Amino acid sequence: MTKAGTFAAERSFGERSSVARMYRRYLAKASVTMFAFIVVAAYLLPLLYMVTMSLEQPSQVSAPGAPPWPAAPMTATYEGKSYPLYSVPFPDGSTRQLMLIDAGRESSKFIDPSDATATPIEWQGRWRTLQQAWAFSPLVENYTTVWNELDFPRLLRNTFGIALFSTIGAVLSSVLVAYGFARFRFPGKNLLFIILLATIILPFQVTLLPQYVIFTKLGWNGTWLPLIIPHFFANAYNVFLLRQYFMSIPRELDEAAMIDGAGPFRILRSIIIPQSLAAITAVALFHFFFAWNDFFVPLLYLASKPELQPLSIGIQQYNALYASQPTLIQASALLTMAVPVIVFFLAQRAFMRTVVVTGVEK
Amino acid sequence: MADTTGSLQTLAPSTGRRTRFRGPAFREAFWGFVFIGPWLIGLAIFTAGPMIASLAMSLTDFNLLAAEKTRFVGIDNYIQMTRDPLVATSIIATLKFALLFVPLTMIASLAFALLLNSPRLAGKSVLRTLVYMPMMIPLVASTLVWIGFLNPNTGWLNGILQSVGVVGPDWTNSDVWIYPALALIGLWGIGNFMLINLGGLQGVPSELYEAARIDGAGLWTTLRRITIPLISPILLYNLVICVIATFQYFTQIYTLSNGNGDPNNATLFINLELFREAFWFSRMGYASAIAWLLFAIVLVLTLALFWVARSRVYYAGSDR
Repeated sequence: MTKAGTFAAERSFGERSSVARMYRRYLAKASVTMFAFIVVAAYLLPLLYMVTMSLEQPSQVSAPGAPPWPAAPMTATYEGKSYPLYSVPFPDGSTRQLMLIDAGRESSKFIDPSDATATPIEWQGRWRTLQQAWAFSPLVENYTTVWNELDFPRLLRNTFGIALFSTIGAVLSSVLVAYGFARFRFPGKNLLFIILLATIILPFQVTLLPQYVIFTKLGWNGTWLPLIIPHFFANAYNVFLLRQYFMSIPRELDEAAMIDGAGPFRILRSIIIPQSLAAITAVALFHFFFAWNDFFVPLLYLASKPELQPLSIGIQQYNALYASQPTLIQASALLTMAVPVIVFFLAQRAFMRTVVVTGVEK
Repeated sequence: MADTTGSLQTLAPSTGRRTRFRGPAFREAFWGFVFIGPWLIGLAIFTAGPMIASLAMSLTDFNLLAAEKTRFVGIDNYIQMTRDPLVATSIIATLKFALLFVPLTMIASLAFALLLNSPRLAGKSVLRTLVYMPMMIPLVASTLVWIGFLNPNTGWLNGILQSVGVVGPDWTNSDVWIYPALALIGLWGIGNFMLINLGGLQGVPSELYEAARIDGAGLWTTLRRITIPLISPILLYNLVICVIATFQYFTQIYTLSNGNGDPNNATLFINLELFREAFWFSRMGYASAIAWLLFAIVLVLTLALFWVARSRVYYAGSDR
């Protein structure tokens, strides 16, 4: 090969490899994305089951031969009467969907609904072995039933109110306390932090009964206060998480601000909080959904106040009543998660926007 | 008048009591207590006080239905607990579940976070939202969805298993398969762990990955040498919370068996046993004693985790 030829080949190889690299990158991206979507689809498959179930008629759930999607048995009218449709196999190998007008033991009469002359067809065989014909037919009625029977707007209002107030309290207090533990030296700090950890692992039953007595004596039983006020005194889970984040923020940033004359609140506001917005957003999200789904405490304090109860209690009582009707239960579960999903989709944008930017990257 | 403008200005020498009460160390301690103040007050009102009351209760035969007949019984409740076969059963059942559930949760939540943090992934925010979404379904509802999904006759899972030639078990009615079933239900609870992991992964400086790539480190080496050490405080946090959550597992098993502990007491976890003593049989004193046993077990496990992890966890920007 000549010198010029080698040079040309090298250049063309270089171009090809850049195209190949782009192609490989695209392929890697496509395969990782596809893999992720398959994994997540499998993870969420029970949700599809729930959606399907919530759109089905109660009679379909236990019907043999029913398709896995929401469907109703097909019918057709003949001389003013409605007849069920069956998939009828014929000796020539074809299968036709015919209405059964006269069922017999060994032979039955069928009519083809598309046949204008409505000529009865005599079919030899046991009609009970035939598969009924099903047509896709989602039932929205389950949702309207649940919506009305549960007084859904009231439940939503209550749940949102409780979750919002308790989230405000939890975020405000947890940021302050985590800042105190992450950045200040004070006597007994290590002991107090161990006590904080101990409260994380303290089973809530240990304090449950005496707390119940206190709240009842205060006259808070039957109000939202026992569900909200305790969250204004910092939650050990949130403090622990925020402290871990605050500790990973370089102290040099604090010290630089301190040299510029910033006080503790100023440092918290202009250094710590902006550096850990992702963590604070995460804490707010966690707490909001914790409060949204909390079941035990509302049951304890709002059992006698249906007008103040949140969704979790309403749904649970509904489930207890209609356990034998999975279609209604799945519809109620779907309605219950609808609002949190929307809130999360909205908060997701804020969460993404404030994705952790560490001091190192800045 | 207290000087609150900054500690550097107070480095000038002062004498005697003034140094002690107005020096930087005093001011730092003062602000420390101001910031942890809300928690300290809450600790006294909602935790310490009730804990003392609960401890006192565990030394009595306090019965909710006959509070006026309460007698002091000393440590009788604790002695009775060691002889109670149901308490032993409940501890064993809880441990069996924890051995399956905790590792599964830790691995699954990290795997999901790594997958959803991959630079080669399109549609990240949609996928993250989808993986987190089950966390938003009230536990009662998600448990009922899974009970339906796992039903051997009308559920989908055994149908799918059948299509690949596997005969699925009767998940929720077998005292062996109930644990994998509960672990599957529990997988819908990894959203928080996954998000916390994801937050940690996003905090790992990209320069480190660049450097590792230039040094020719593979995926596994990068994971073991860079990712896991750098997010180790977060992994430890997740592990501790997961262990604690396992020992406080309640809503799912209560929904599953209505508190009966079916099948065959396999879901009679320690928290359910405590609940039944307190609210079914009104034995508040005895239930308080069980609560303290539960607390002791969880405390020992947590301290053990911290002790094991103390040399393996890396805090950036800390002098540890």
